[in-house]
Amino acid sequence: MTGTTGPDPGDSSRGGGGPSAAAVAEVAAAVADAHRREWAFVLAATVRLTRDLDLAEECVQDAYARALTVWASEGIPRRPGGWLTTVARNRAVDLLRRDATLRRNLPLLLEDEAGPGPEDELLAGPVRTIGPPTPGPRSTAGWRARPAKDLSELPVAAGAADDRLRLIFICCHPALAPEARVALTLRLLCGLSTAEVARAFLVAEPTMAARITRAKKKIAAARIPYRLPPAADLPDRVDAVLTVVHLMFTTGHTAPSGADLVRRDLVERALDLARMLRLLLPDDADVAGLLALILLTDARAAGRVGPDGRLLLLAEQDRAHWDRAAIDEGLGLVREALTRRGPHAGPGPGRFPGRFPLMAAIAAVHSGSPSWADTDWREILGLYDLLAGRWPSPVVALNRAVALGFAAGPAAGLAALDELAAEPQLAGYGYLPAARADFLRTLGRVAEARQAYEEALSLTENQVEREFLAARLAELAG
Amino acid sequence: MAQYLILIYENEADFVAGGEAAFGRVMQAHQAFGAKHAASLAGGNALQPVATATSIRSDGSGGFTVTDGPFAETKEALGGYYLVEAADLDEAIAIAKAVPAEFGGVEVRPIMTFN
Repeated sequence: MTGTTGPDPGDSSRGGGGPSAAAVAEVAAAVADAHRREWAFVLAATVRLTRDLDLAEECVQDAYARALTVWASEGIPRRPGGWLTTVARNRAVDLLRRDATLRRNLPLLLEDEAGPGPEDELLAGPVRTIGPPTPGPRSTAGWRARPAKDLSELPVAAGAADDRLRLIFICCHPALAPEARVALTLRLLCGLSTAEVARAFLVAEPTMAARITRAKKKIAAARIPYRLPPAADLPDRVDAVLTVVHLMFTTGHTAPSGADLVRRDLVERALDLARMLRLLLPDDADVAGLLALILLTDARAAGRVGPDGRLLLLAEQDRAHWDRAAIDEGLGLVREALTRRGPHAGPGPGRFPGRFPLMAAIAAVHSGSPSWADTDWREILGLYDLLAGRWPSPVVALNRAVALGFAAGPAAGLAALDELAAEPQLAGYGYLPAARADFLRTLGRVAEARQAYEEALSLTENQVEREFLAARLAELAG
Repeated sequence: MAQYLILIYENEADFVAGGEAAFGRVMQAHQAFGAKHAASLAGGNALQPVATATSIRSDGSGGFTVTDGPFAETKEALGGYYLVEAADLDEAIAIAKAVPAEFGGVEVRPIMTFN
């Protein structure tokens, strides 16, 4: 495309003169900020036009690259997302017109509206105006065009019309492999490169590239639709999305291997996604619950590692280092999630409260407690009982056993843990021997405690966790 | 619209163990499914048990090896299929969920089209 089809540079907040080093740095920061905040919006709006993920990604990458030079000479636009969307879409229009054959041969994403949409008209000429990244009249109209029966039970804001929801629902489609869902979400919603996604999950880049390519091929070949799920499927589909974001968060919160306890990049991305979902589905109690869970858990991040890099247990942490603002926001969301009967409410296993609000409520008890000694273990145990009752899983049972140990004494906790010894899903799960070791140590059963710490040590590749366990072992030897 | 093949994989031993009652129940379930989804169905058949299967492979030098049995011995064997018309995978999955398969499950595969 040429400069004449770009957005009006009069939109700029400053301009003129050769860019100074400070100005270049400012532009780079603005582009990085827009990358983090607006990538999903810009890509989703471009996919709507191209109906092809690869082509849209290429155009959006191109727009961000152009922003670096154009913003330096013409100033940073007031609405970076709008500017980037216009440039990306113009680029797409350009490419599609230049190669009409290419477009005919693309296996287009299936959308929810029959017949040509307003976007198709744009192919006749350059895109002139694009709204800010807020729900616009066009997308609202598209939303209303869907059959009413699909909408009646969907108490979502007008923002639900946003293409970002379509994008995240396709990335987290249950027909895709779980690891592919996470990878696609990081690529398409967060704008991470394949190399970055590969690094985040500690796999080789070609492996990750193949994983992403395979997923995109399946979307095209099996015709996974680019649309909002019907109301009947919505609870399951939202849960699939939340599961992806939660997995991203837990992977970042305690990295399975490596030198750092926390993968900050993954934690931040998960938080961004949870905030975006909250914006798009403001009435969903489970979404509020997941955002609360992430906020409340991550609020303790600064207290988890000591100045020497040592892992600090909840009991040892200086609570003054916790992020009070995040805790307050999380507590507000937990209250809301627990009182609201969201769209998933109803009879059966999806009944209120959902698993994320319950997990957030547990995190809230810890975050709201002034000290370790004041922790209300009875309350925590009660919440785990609710969680285990509706979403029984060996990991929940393990956490419940630990809570029982603090509520009713280490012997009771140990007995509950020992009941889980034969659980195949916990074989190779380092937290089981680690929890046993702590109770055994408290009970003065040193030899058994040592053995359990050694077992836990053999099961984690995370350097900070390894050092913690090794230190515990050394204490027992001394 | 696109076509999808819904392959029904079930444990034959469990089915046989269910006796006539299971047979009658399964037949009735398939009839009900067929009536309800008639508009989407482009074909379908039940297969004889896997014990009747014969596998044929080229031996690479112009001849063939013919062996008794299926290609792969699995607990759950292909026992039947439906060919369905659906707008997209979500619609195909919705139909697949309604396919009776009490002794196993189903697999959905898009039919390849050649332009």
